[in-house]
Amino acid sequence: MHKKHQLEDSLHVLAHYLPSQAPLKDFIHHNTLHAFQTLPFHKGLHAAQQFFGFQTYLSLEAYRDLYTQGAISAASLDRAVAEQKELSKDQLFQFEPETEIPTVVGSYRLQWKKKLGFDLDARVHPLLFRIVNSFLDQGIAIWRFPTNGLPFLAALRQVESENTASLFSGERARSCFLNPGFTLQDALDLLVGDQRAFENYLFDQQFAHPGYSGMISQIANRPDLLVLKREIAFADFVLLECLLEIDALDQHHGSWIPAAKLGLETYQFEPKQIRSTTAQMLKSIWQDAYEWTYYDQVLASLQQKGSHEQPKPSSIGIFCIDDRECSIRRHIEQLHPSFLSFGTPGHFNIETYFQAQGSLQRTKICPAPVQPTHLIVEHSVAQNKLKEWHFDTRTHGLLLGWVLTHTYGLWSAFKLALGILWPSRNTMAVSSQQHMNPLSTLSVENLNAQVTSDGLQIGFTIAEMTALVGDLFRSIGLQDNFAPLIYIVSHGSSSANNTHYAGYDCGACSGRPGSVNARAFALMANHAAVRKALRAIAIDIPDQTHFVPVMQDTAKDEFVYYDLQQIPAHLAGLFESDRLIFAQASELNAVERSKKFMTINSQGKPHQIHQKVQLRTVSLFEPRPELNHATNALCIVGRRQFSRDVFLDRRAFLNSYDYRIDPTGELLSGILNAVAPVCGGINLEYYFSRVDNEQLGAGSKLPHNVMGLLGVANGVDGDLRTGLPSQMIEIHDPYRLMLVIEQKAKVVFDAISRQPSTYEWFANEWVRLVCFDPEEKHFFVFQKGQFLPYGMVEPSKLAS
Amino acid sequence: MNTTYFVHGFLGLPILGFLISLLLSSKKEGALSVLSYSTAFLQLLFVVVFTGFWLLHGAEPVQFKEISVYRSANYDFFIDFLVDKLTLTFAFLGASLTFLITIYSRYYLHRESGFKRFFNTILFFNIGYSIIIFSGNMETLFIGWEILGVSSFLLIAFYRERLLPVKNALKVFSVYRIGDIGIILAMWLLHHFWHENVTFLEMNRTAPLHAHLAQNSGVGLLIATLFYISAAAKSAQLPFSSWLPRAMEGPTPSSAIFYGSMSVHIGAFLLLRTLHFWENQLYFKFGLVFAGLLTAVIATVISRVQSTVKSQIAYASVAQIGLIFIEIAFGWENIALLHILGNAFLRTYQLLISPSIVSYKIREQLYEMPDEVLKSSWLKGWMDRYYVLSLKEWNLDNGLYSVLWNPLKKIGRGWKVLNFRFVFWLMALILGIGLLLRFNEAILAPMVRERLPFFFAFWGFLMAVKAFTERDSVRKSLTLIMFNHVSISLGLSFNAHFDNGHHIWYLSGIILAWAIGYLLLTHMRKTEWISLDNFYGHIYEYPKTGFVLLLVCLGLSGFPITPSFVGEDLIFSHIELNQIGLAFFTAFSLVINGLATMRIYARVFLGPHIKNYHQIAKRSS
Repeated sequence: MHKKHQLEDSLHVLAHYLPSQAPLKDFIHHNTLHAFQTLPFHKGLHAAQQFFGFQTYLSLEAYRDLYTQGAISAASLDRAVAEQKELSKDQLFQFEPETEIPTVVGSYRLQWKKKLGFDLDARVHPLLFRIVNSFLDQGIAIWRFPTNGLPFLAALRQVESENTASLFSGERARSCFLNPGFTLQDALDLLVGDQRAFENYLFDQQFAHPGYSGMISQIANRPDLLVLKREIAFADFVLLECLLEIDALDQHHGSWIPAAKLGLETYQFEPKQIRSTTAQMLKSIWQDAYEWTYYDQVLASLQQKGSHEQPKPSSIGIFCIDDRECSIRRHIEQLHPSFLSFGTPGHFNIETYFQAQGSLQRTKICPAPVQPTHLIVEHSVAQNKLKEWHFDTRTHGLLLGWVLTHTYGLWSAFKLALGILWPSRNTMAVSSQQHMNPLSTLSVENLNAQVTSDGLQIGFTIAEMTALVGDLFRSIGLQDNFAPLIYIVSHGSSSANNTHYAGYDCGACSGRPGSVNARAFALMANHAAVRKALRAIAIDIPDQTHFVPVMQDTAKDEFVYYDLQQIPAHLAGLFESDRLIFAQASELNAVERSKKFMTINSQGKPHQIHQKVQLRTVSLFEPRPELNHATNALCIVGRRQFSRDVFLDRRAFLNSYDYRIDPTGELLSGILNAVAPVCGGINLEYYFSRVDNEQLGAGSKLPHNVMGLLGVANGVDGDLRTGLPSQMIEIHDPYRLMLVIEQKAKVVFDAISRQPSTYEWFANEWVRLVCFDPEEKHFFVFQKGQFLPYGMVEPSKLAS
Repeated sequence: MNTTYFVHGFLGLPILGFLISLLLSSKKEGALSVLSYSTAFLQLLFVVVFTGFWLLHGAEPVQFKEISVYRSANYDFFIDFLVDKLTLTFAFLGASLTFLITIYSRYYLHRESGFKRFFNTILFFNIGYSIIIFSGNMETLFIGWEILGVSSFLLIAFYRERLLPVKNALKVFSVYRIGDIGIILAMWLLHHFWHENVTFLEMNRTAPLHAHLAQNSGVGLLIATLFYISAAAKSAQLPFSSWLPRAMEGPTPSSAIFYGSMSVHIGAFLLLRTLHFWENQLYFKFGLVFAGLLTAVIATVISRVQSTVKSQIAYASVAQIGLIFIEIAFGWENIALLHILGNAFLRTYQLLISPSIVSYKIREQLYEMPDEVLKSSWLKGWMDRYYVLSLKEWNLDNGLYSVLWNPLKKIGRGWKVLNFRFVFWLMALILGIGLLLRFNEAILAPMVRERLPFFFAFWGFLMAVKAFTERDSVRKSLTLIMFNHVSISLGLSFNAHFDNGHHIWYLSGIILAWAIGYLLLTHMRKTEWISLDNFYGHIYEYPKTGFVLLLVCLGLSGFPITPSFVGEDLIFSHIELNQIGLAFFTAFSLVINGLATMRIYARVFLGPHIKNYHQIAKRSS
């Protein structure tokens, strides 16, 4: 029994280090190296490199180039050098690192492969991937895996016993497989032969294909990630792999002896115990200097700006904190000085599932970790869904295929020419507007205590609405200066031929557009009974104030308005003038974005550039419909006037917060519990995909092949690729996120200390934390567990 | 319009474009792509205008001889062109798709590190394709055929810093080399069949053909079968089908046009081109229909269980090409051409939009639950029983490997006892004896003399196998390849009518390539560890050396960049019809040689870089 526990523990530890990426439909950003987050940032990165061979920083050469280009300032470099004792500044420029760096995980297997004299992985992987991908397939194959509702191994055993051909080449592996009493322990006894080396063996085996291992471990823990339900245990997958290995060895060698009997050297997997190398320590210094060069500029411009009281706004927009909203807010405010914008996570405090008209499934439209207890149902006339016959599997048939290739096949030539020469809206493109029918009604209010059969409450009660609307206003600090029109601006994205489309929508809505949330929130805030109840808790929304739900398409730069008929007549004129400003701001935003696309000439007329930018969202050949979160580096939590009019270059997540109404830090704590993992997760996924796009990112998306709708791989027999493709991160500057909070250090410290998981982000510096004391007018930097006053370099040394 | 100008223009465009593209800086994305799509656009324009003109003027096939590259009493290696309906259909297909895909790739490949290499290779591919479809004889076709093979290798291994693309490129190249044996042996037999180098039009002329066939029905059948082997290899028919999905390693647009359309239909082109040669051979036609049907059924079944979108499309396409082969067997030329166009455009488009299937299907699943099982029960029972077999692609991939390469490896490894030094001296001895005998042929008994060519060719074959299975020294492998060519050349010189000048034609390019390669590797070995035991990925630090070694490898395998290409054909013409064994081993040696040279290039320069100070992809990715 003891042995069994040990094996389970090993698998458990191992799974913790695997990529935790869900299937494509639920693509959500997260810290790629989440398992190292218990260590301080630099130490975690050093450990990850030593154990797994990831590149966790830029190369020394790249840092030196950045220094020459001025992207790393001499002042911040000196400061970073002074903060440690081991290394000198000369080494930063002169040290030549090794070109071949040993990697721990995989070393045991490598020795074994050399002794065996053949590439076991090359023999086993293709078949293993094929089997498991077919089993998990969510709708590619025409003949699906005959699971008969059984779990993985049982289904495979049934298939094996009924089939004309065997999964195995030899009799030994086959009979072990068909014997349900044969366990992973037995398989490892055969393969490895020594309990002490099991963990090494399993780590090396599984990290040879982290993509599939990670996917299976995710699905094993959360079967609800799949539409076609599949039951698979991680250990069962490992057992199959071991059996295929035994089979391959039997075929190749006839007689072979277990790995541990060959005198291979084992290793200890103890990330806490590592010793950093010189090259790694130098890179840490460079990275700190690189980040601070940028941070210094930001803090200086925030300091210089100062915050002035704002006049009473004529219109208000409540936007998502998303960094892509940063520039559109700036453009609107510049065109419309009495417009005031707020930022809050884009699900607008509405934690619910959504079920579209006629849909068989519910989609979660709130942050991924939340388990909603509510459901919003869409009611509308059924929409005609456009069919794309090119995806019709009948074209793959033999005889029907013969007829179709002769006829429709020629039509493809026209479609192809049209799609390439004159791109336009097509059945393949994903549009942010598909999420919800704008003319539908949503069951936002719970009537007659309606509950679904599985216990979800349909809609929200007045009390619930009041609470969530009130909480949102308090959290962003919107208490009394309500403008006549308040826009609830959600966002979504449009793109074509894009497997990672879910990563482009709103992260706070689990990778969906936020249109339903915006409409629901506006409905609640416009609800007379809710307003009445709000007044009772001292939130007095004037009667003439109206909330307008909006969705901004971040790729098309387009505002879509909902429920316009509900705008009261006296506000119609104001709305029209605002709408024109939003349209103009969208054009300016498109021009600003186009500068980073390189393939668009940004010198033309704004509306022409806007059209070109929009064309990207329907062009089959455009791998960059938008640049998504690339270049994100900041998160500012404070009042709008704290950062208004500062050019933050679409790098900042902006969350509104008023320190004056939160002396205890309770509201701040609520904000940070969401902001740290969401923004930190996005930022670190970009960071790691950028510094090692091959192992921590998905590589170039151009050769990607869709595997069972679960993920992508290169070609037909590769491992699943996790992380972000190179097209998403190539212009990203790998800075850690700096979180700047407008609040006293003591209150911030109290706020972050309330939840250990939040505290870890800051204490281990995976996210940099800075606060601005609104009274002392000075910044404090959170370092090694305490806030220290920020020593500003002389402004003369700052870049513009 | 003058047909000659048209052909020169159509072929000249990609050649010119290719040469210019080599000179352009890799930073000039705009210039590179404009060059590529204007080349294809002009080709398209030419073909449309010419076709109109040609239709108005009677639509007769036009054939003309371009130039004699080598000529002797009964041998004439000449470049010849032919323009007819088949040519123009394929020209239209190729030019229109290349035009569209190069425009597509201009944006799609923006900022990709291999941007220039991609457009270079596409233009190079275009040259090969254009030569094949305009070729008027087997020799000309073979030039294009070789270019197509190498450019396919380069496109599949486009992501050369990863292991799987490189391994798959080698795999596909090896299947293509099998197709090459078919062409080489067919050329040899045709030469004996007609007693001269013939053009396709002459080959198709009914009266002499019937006379020859009546005399030599066995040879006729053999030639037709060789055509099938070549066509089947290039068009992924049984038993070669499994290479097609594995070729989908490059950027999606290149997989779409080359493995969705242009490259994969070339086999059908070859059968259509030689249609009149075999259309009266009933046995062959039976065989062709049977093979087509078998491929169509098996590929359909395999395609049904594919859980990746590209492999599903690949096998569905293979199945349709199986049907196209049947149509060709029945002589339905027009239906086959229409089917080729339809299949090519359909699969290209399906592959191009394949990333969209994620959003499309996931959206569809919101409203329609996908069926878990098939409704029809008898089909389900049948399907379940063949599921695993289909999942394993009916063992096509493993089967090909174990039938073809495992025996070779066994032979090569069995030689381990004989170290290189021993082989080297043995080679010197054999060469010495061979030369001695060659200049004193009079002392040889006719019995011995007759067998000498086979002996030397077999020795050469062993050299090639040893080169192919060498796991350590790159230079040894390179030298063994050279030995192979020398042995074959020496052996064939014992055959009648051999002119010593042929040695020069054949060996000049080989020896030169070997010498450059040897020096290059010797130089590189001073600073780097190189061996054949692994993929080293040195191209990361040595892109220029890598390019030169690629040329060396092409030279060593008789690629049409040196006179050895003509020499190869030339020495084949000296093999007599009754020397089947000799012909087989010579052809087989050439194939293994080609593989051994590409293996050297791949192992030294491609794959994950051995130095991991920068981003290295996992071997499984």
